[in-house]
Amino acid sequence: MALLELRNVSKIYHLGGEEIRALDGVSLDIGGGEFVSIIGPSGSGKSTLMHILGCLDTPSHGTVTLDGTEVQRATPRELAHMRNRKIGFVFQFFNLLPKLNVVQNVELPMIYAGVSGRERRKRAEHALELVEMSHRLKNRPSQLSGGQQQRVAIARALVNDPKIVFADEPTGNLDTHTGEIILALFRKLSQEGRTIIIVTHNPEIAAVTPRRIEIRNGKIAEKVDERLAGLDRLAAKAGSLAPAA
Amino acid sequence: MIFVNSIVVGLKEIWAHKSRSFLTMLGIILGVTSLVGMSAIIKGMENGMKEAMIAMGGVDKVLVRTQPVPAWQDHLADSAPGRTLTDVMALQNSAPLIRLVSPEMALDDVMISRGEKRTEPSECVGAWPAVLEMNLHTLAHGRFFNEIDEAEARPVCVIGTGIRDELFGRPDEIGKEIIPLGETIMIENQPFVIVGMFQEYMGEQEAKERIRQKELRDKQEQAGPKRSRGWGRRGGWAFWRKNMTVYIPLNTAWVRFRSGGTAGSGIPDPRLTDMDIKVADFSRLEEALQQARNVLLLTHQGIEDFSFETQENQIENINKQIKNARLSGGIIAGISLLVGGIGIMNIMLASINERVREIGICKAVGATSANIFIQILIESAVIALIGGLMGLVVSELFVDLLGALTPSANSPVITRNAELVAVAFSVAVGVLAGILPAIKAASFSPIEALRYE
Ligand SMILES: Nc1ncnc2c1ncn2[C@@H]1O[C@H](COP(=O)(O)OP(=O)(O)OP(=O)(O)O)[C@@H](O)[C@H]1O
Ligand SMILES: [Mg+2]
Repeated sequence: MALLELRNVSKIYHLGGEEIRALDGVSLDIGGGEFVSIIGPSGSGKSTLMHILGCLDTPSHGTVTLDGTEVQRATPRELAHMRNRKIGFVFQFFNLLPKLNVVQNVELPMIYAGVSGRERRKRAEHALELVEMSHRLKNRPSQLSGGQQQRVAIARALVNDPKIVFADEPTGNLDTHTGEIILALFRKLSQEGRTIIIVTHNPEIAAVTPRRIEIRNGKIAEKVDERLAGLDRLAAKAGSLAPAA
Repeated sequence: MIFVNSIVVGLKEIWAHKSRSFLTMLGIILGVTSLVGMSAIIKGMENGMKEAMIAMGGVDKVLVRTQPVPAWQDHLADSAPGRTLTDVMALQNSAPLIRLVSPEMALDDVMISRGEKRTEPSECVGAWPAVLEMNLHTLAHGRFFNEIDEAEARPVCVIGTGIRDELFGRPDEIGKEIIPLGETIMIENQPFVIVGMFQEYMGEQEAKERIRQKELRDKQEQAGPKRSRGWGRRGGWAFWRKNMTVYIPLNTAWVRFRSGGTAGSGIPDPRLTDMDIKVADFSRLEEALQQARNVLLLTHQGIEDFSFETQENQIENINKQIKNARLSGGIIAGISLLVGGIGIMNIMLASINERVREIGICKAVGATSANIFIQILIESAVIALIGGLMGLVVSELFVDLLGALTPSANSPVITRNAELVAVAFSVAVGVLAGILPAIKAASFSPIEALRYE
């Protein structure tokens, strides 16, 4: 059984009598250890899909099974537990707590996991080492650059050692160079065997992931439109970033 | 774990909005101050009244009062005997449930003098030694009257320290304590020898105050020239009165002042001005009084020109006053705390509205609704707790101020209990005020909260 299974998942918003199908009958399997990118035009439903996969949101129809648990049957408490232990989420806009410093932000998921103070500190520092942020432990998020904030957010996502890491346009607000650093980080995580799912508009990222899923109008496209994702241009430029077969 | 962290986060939140938090706390501060202050005032009142009660002879003292003869005995009014030594003897002999009888013969408007100095005592009374136990006097110096003094109607007296202060000088003014045993003073221009002096009576508060002042003075003495200063505020009325007492033997009062008749009437007046009794067993008060009534009816030829006044009525009165004061104090404090609670609820609602996104983030990384609920509740309780503690400090100042304005016998006393209750109440108010905001915060769905602008 796959780590993540979506069966006929729809998400419908009602806006003043109008029905918006953000997701429309999506079925999808993602296995353990996969490195997946989700691409597609703006407004196609990528974030919606991510939120449902990441147990932040619930589908209007269909079933989601995460690591053997049927999400729509789980209690809010169980969902919180899954978000805490099995899932790491990296947002486009970092979403760090402004009043906490870097270590405290990273410690936050462990607080809800009930990890003791000393252990928490140790693991937070270790996670920050991985993202090369050890030198800024006491800084507030507002004192960091976007890329630095995103690295802290990644450390936070990793700190409870989750099976799956979701990232919704993690490089969307970063310059190319910083984006590359972040991407390198995700590649490393993937090589370590973690399941990684990234929503991106960035063809360079899509190019490195072995599997790409394209969403169009809330549906999964049969075949990835390389031109739309900009992959064709990239492939023409250099073959070095192409995924290993 | 989460608990400790919640407190830390709560403190941060409060620190981040210092002035807002402080304004919110004001309600609680006021509430705690009024609660602690009120209870301190009441406690002071209570202490004052209880001490006064003891100063006047304790709860087991029963006064035998004269009263106009009842209507059905109107025709006997002229033969009403009043309280006399006959009654005293009869009670002593025939009323075993009465342990102590103390007859008193008071002299009215007495002037006491020594050389140029003169003073009016609170009472100048001819009494038996029984008066010591009756009025809870403690003889500090010399002796009380003996049988020879009584039999020979000797011109001797025992005085309170107030009289000494007036006629010989106060220890703190003249720098040493005079014990005027053997000295002669004039009572209504008749020479009396002082044979004894009572201890100085004062309330607990005043006693403490004095020790403090004395220490202060000792320090100042080392530091600089001596400054003449009073003993501070004089004690309560009851203690002042007790210190201004002059006793002479009952027979002396009779022979020297009363046998010639009062107000120059020429008719000897054997009536006592007071007759107090104490019962052997306070739990059998009713029986004892009935016994005394029977005996007295006999000596009064059945004329009921007397009644008993127990201190119970007075105690009841005191308790009622205290209860009323407690109630009104409690209501004021309750209202302030309620207002404080509403303030906290308001601020917590505002605070979670500002922090919807933060709450969303917490939920996204694994906080359960219960975590968020507890977090908000703790924050609210912490605000209230800090407010409560500040309230304790303010009430301390408030009570000090009040203490400086009121006589020391009634000066307010802060009790540990009142403080505990006040803090517990404010925390409870904080928790209650936090419930609604906490429910609201806990019920955010993570994705809605994250998207909130
Ligand atoms: N809370 C909501 N209420 C109503 N409509 C919504 C809501 N959230 C998303 N939508 C709609 O659902 C559709 C999919 O939105 P989604 O955020 O998933 O797009 P996306 O693929 O992530 O786009 P982008 O690449 O710009 O981030 C959009 O048409 C959006 O307007
Ligand atoms: Mg999106």
